[in-house]
Amino acid sequence: MKCFRFATYAVLCLSLSGGALAAPTADRKAELMYLLAQDCGACHGMRLKGGLGPSLKPEALRQWDAEQLAQTILHGRPGTPMPPWSPFMSHQEALWLAQQLKEGISQ
Amino acid sequence: MRLKTFLILMTFLPGVLLADCLQRGTGDMGVIIERASGSVLVIDTSAHKVLSHVEGLGDLSHASVVYSRDERYAYVFGRDGGLTKIDILCGKIVKRVLQGGNSIGGAISQDGKLVAVSNYTPGGVKVFSSDDLSLVADIPATPFKDKRSKTVGLVDAPDQRFVFALYDTGETWILDMTDPARPALTKFTNTGRLPYDGLITPDGRYYINGLFGEDGLALLDLWHPEKGLKRILDHYGKGEQQLPVYKMPHLEGWAVAGDRAFLPAVGHHEVLVMNMSDWREAGRIPVHGQPVFVMARPDGRQLWVNFAFPDNDTVQIIDSETLKIIKTLKTGKGTLHMEFTPRGEEVWISVRDKDEIQVYDTRTMKLKTRLKAQKPSGIFFTDRAHKTGL
Repeated sequence: MKCFRFATYAVLCLSLSGGALAAPTADRKAELMYLLAQDCGACHGMRLKGGLGPSLKPEALRQWDAEQLAQTILHGRPGTPMPPWSPFMSHQEALWLAQQLKEGISQ
Repeated sequence: MRLKTFLILMTFLPGVLLADCLQRGTGDMGVIIERASGSVLVIDTSAHKVLSHVEGLGDLSHASVVYSRDERYAYVFGRDGGLTKIDILCGKIVKRVLQGGNSIGGAISQDGKLVAVSNYTPGGVKVFSSDDLSLVADIPATPFKDKRSKTVGLVDAPDQRFVFALYDTGETWILDMTDPARPALTKFTNTGRLPYDGLITPDGRYYINGLFGEDGLALLDLWHPEKGLKRILDHYGKGEQQLPVYKMPHLEGWAVAGDRAFLPAVGHHEVLVMNMSDWREAGRIPVHGQPVFVMARPDGRQLWVNFAFPDNDTVQIIDSETLKIIKTLKTGKGTLHMEFTPRGEEVWISVRDKDEIQVYDTRTMKLKTRLKAQKPSGIFFTDRAHKTGL
């Protein structure tokens, strides 16, 4: 479990290592959504319809559950350009992002 | 009275007719992509001024631009397959077509009459008339799984040719459009694993593909296509741990100083130096992060380098003679692109998260001025109109 250097996340890290699930704060959610659009968007398109990387629209992700998607976000896909994002987010945050993707993000 | 009315009309009418269009040369103009809002800014590089704001270009999360040979029209290639022709004097869209589902870039032919677009979906290249954007040729890529291979690295080449690579199937194709009714293809199927981008040398002779899936680069001599592809720098990175790549490098233009060429390394915090006489590695320059663009000032004296996430708040300047970093600039998060003025006294840098363009004096390496732009990415000046491969 990666704990962030920011004080804000100390609570989150503690609660995660304790096994409880804590959703990202509103500020962190906004950061994650920005990361998704701008940096994930570099390969998947800002509107997530795909580019060098595949589409991340709900219909394209139907075959995977949120946990599988979170694992892909955290650890990448070896043999493809998809890198591991675990240095930049926790498991809980990746899972939250995966759930947003599964539900569909209105743009 | 009638005469007076007539005179008044004569005074104002020409102004009314030309109200929306500038009367000037375009050699010191350019466009800047605003990636999130699907708009572009038309700018004046002499006055450091925004001249017009053009909206309605669709998804520009990845976009590039080529110019007509009269430097009046900009062709914008958007992520959503949109191809838009803009009149930069009038600041207006002349024509827009949705030519594919998902595209990556384009090129304009040697004679300026054809515009080619490289598509991810459906994989292939489409060629249009630069005049009215009507379809001239459709070149589907090799089938891959249940689709067609994505195409990347599309450039124009001398003798009315285009060259591009097939990402999924590892091919390089030369498309000869001499007779627009009979596009002629020459295919090379041994490019290597996952070519991600390509560039052509300014003389139009050598086409080079960067490979994501293996070490090295694939080189094609367009003077002698019969000799096939040659693998260069294939020892590079062997046995070394590759770092994760958070943004694919771009091979745009050809950073050359003397007989040395400079390239972004994939998965390493390094700029590669290559000797152009034998295409061998001539050194590596350790840098701040993974390079995205390595751009040479037009005289080759300096190299300006920007970086992939999470190091995309920095630009480094390298002395091309000593290969030393002479300056590190903290430009701000989301530093995405750099463009030199035609003779290189300035470089314009887009900083996405600050919603601004920073203009630097390349001699003093100091900030001269800033322009406001909404989530800016690519910057494209009109002098590209007369450069092969841009």
